[in-house]
Amino acid sequence: MTPPPVPPVPPVPGTPRAEALAAAGERPPPTPSQTVGPFYGYALPFAKGGDMAPAGHPDTITVHGRVHDGAGQPIPDALLEFWQPAPDGSRAGAPGSLRRDPVTGEIVGRHGVDFTGFGRVATDADGHYTLRTLPPGGVPYISVCVFARGLLHHLFTRVYLPGPAGAGDPAADPLLASLPPRRRATLLAAPEGEKTYRFDIRLQGDGAHEETVFLDFG
Amino acid sequence: MPSTSDGTGPADRRAEAPPPRPASPPPAAERTGEAAAPPAPPAQEVISAEIAQTRQEYLKAVEGGGPRLDHPPRAYPPYRSSILRHPRQPLVAVRDPDAVELTGPVFGVTDVTELDADLTRRHAGEPLGERIRVTGRVLDGDGRPVRGQLVEIWQANAAGRYAHQRDQHPAPLDPNFTGAGRCLTDDEGRYAFTTIRPGAYPWRNHDNAWRPAHIHFSLFGAAFTQRLVTQMYFPGDPLFPFDPIMQSVTDDAARERLVARYEHDLSTPEWSLGYRWDIVLSGPAATWMEEGR
Repeated sequence: MTPPPVPPVPPVPGTPRAEALAAAGERPPPTPSQTVGPFYGYALPFAKGGDMAPAGHPDTITVHGRVHDGAGQPIPDALLEFWQPAPDGSRAGAPGSLRRDPVTGEIVGRHGVDFTGFGRVATDADGHYTLRTLPPGGVPYISVCVFARGLLHHLFTRVYLPGPAGAGDPAADPLLASLPPRRRATLLAAPEGEKTYRFDIRLQGDGAHEETVFLDFG
Repeated sequence: MPSTSDGTGPADRRAEAPPPRPASPPPAAERTGEAAAPPAPPAQEVISAEIAQTRQEYLKAVEGGGPRLDHPPRAYPPYRSSILRHPRQPLVAVRDPDAVELTGPVFGVTDVTELDADLTRRHAGEPLGERIRVTGRVLDGDGRPVRGQLVEIWQANAAGRYAHQRDQHPAPLDPNFTGAGRCLTDDEGRYAFTTIRPGAYPWRNHDNAWRPAHIHFSLFGAAFTQRLVTQMYFPGDPLFPFDPIMQSVTDDAARERLVARYEHDLSTPEWSLGYRWDIVLSGPAATWMEEGR
């Protein structure tokens, strides 16, 4: 009653393992992007994600605005991520953006001593976001990565801060200097009262408003 | 029709009508709860023809010496929501060796808990569905491991429904499954999650549109330039050719890289099935940041 001999297992069709390619000394090709979709809301946004500045810090600046589509409509399901140097110019970042309560596992927010340099904000029903942070050290800009339903591959842009909020002169920035005035204007945050700046993002021009400049880092 | 107050309020109609069949929503609404618009959604045949056409155009461009594309074009009309949500102007190249984007956020043990990687243990009971283990490595474009970085996932439950109030697909919610997880990669760039296999679900891109089962992944590399959000699919899904989101990756070889492989050795007897999916991030990083990551 011996079982019949087992035939050899055919190779499994599917993805070549990036690991195997890397082991063979080949550069593994990148994994393609896919849209973030509409339902990331219970997974990616986290409590106080837009509060990069320690609570009550006197240097806190507020950057806010709307994300719009090519019909000029606000996008209520976009996700924005921000990355910037600490006020002292450090680009090392720090863990703790999603600091957790060890008992409940809930996200309790940054502890306010380290500056993590990372923020994440989902737009609200009106397409609006708010970021509270400290001025970036050494550069006049905050980096932004945009995700949205309908956007198959994220987009990078920058919020350039005028005056004392941004270190250095935005006019001397090589990226800004390379752009015609109408395009350049899409990267400049507009002062709006004390330490508050308006920065709208337009994924596509709507005829009346210029499309935001988006960046390719190669 | 029995009348309550005035008998004509939308709440009354909703209570009496069967769940709305997703046949006449606006094409771009994608189950978002946006207001219904009259135009009939396109048929699958229309979307499939557009998918085939974009693929043919891509193949022709490559034959003509054009570049192979690893990522989907942001303008991909078969995915209707992309039409108003992509830039028309070309991206502006930044090749500044001092760009802040050549560095990126870091995460640590304060940002995850051990339970985060097991999506089946987040509630009092066991979720329904086929228990699976999904693991692989996160590598950079040179094949080096991405160490200590954050991996986030989210997914529908076994019935194909997200724990999101705007998902109104009439499939049951599972009180024992939320569908969100996190972990940090280890020194070899490995990540691992225990979860259940998500179900396919309908959406409103077109008539009779169904998404193949997938798990959403969010990844950080050594630099902000290497940021990636993508979706992992399961091998052999018959819905692949019909889905404009997956087919937006017009390069056949690149699209294959979105599909995990079943690995029998990753299955655990009497417990779970195993899938392996390696992820490769591209994009430049500051060379001085490479050590210690």
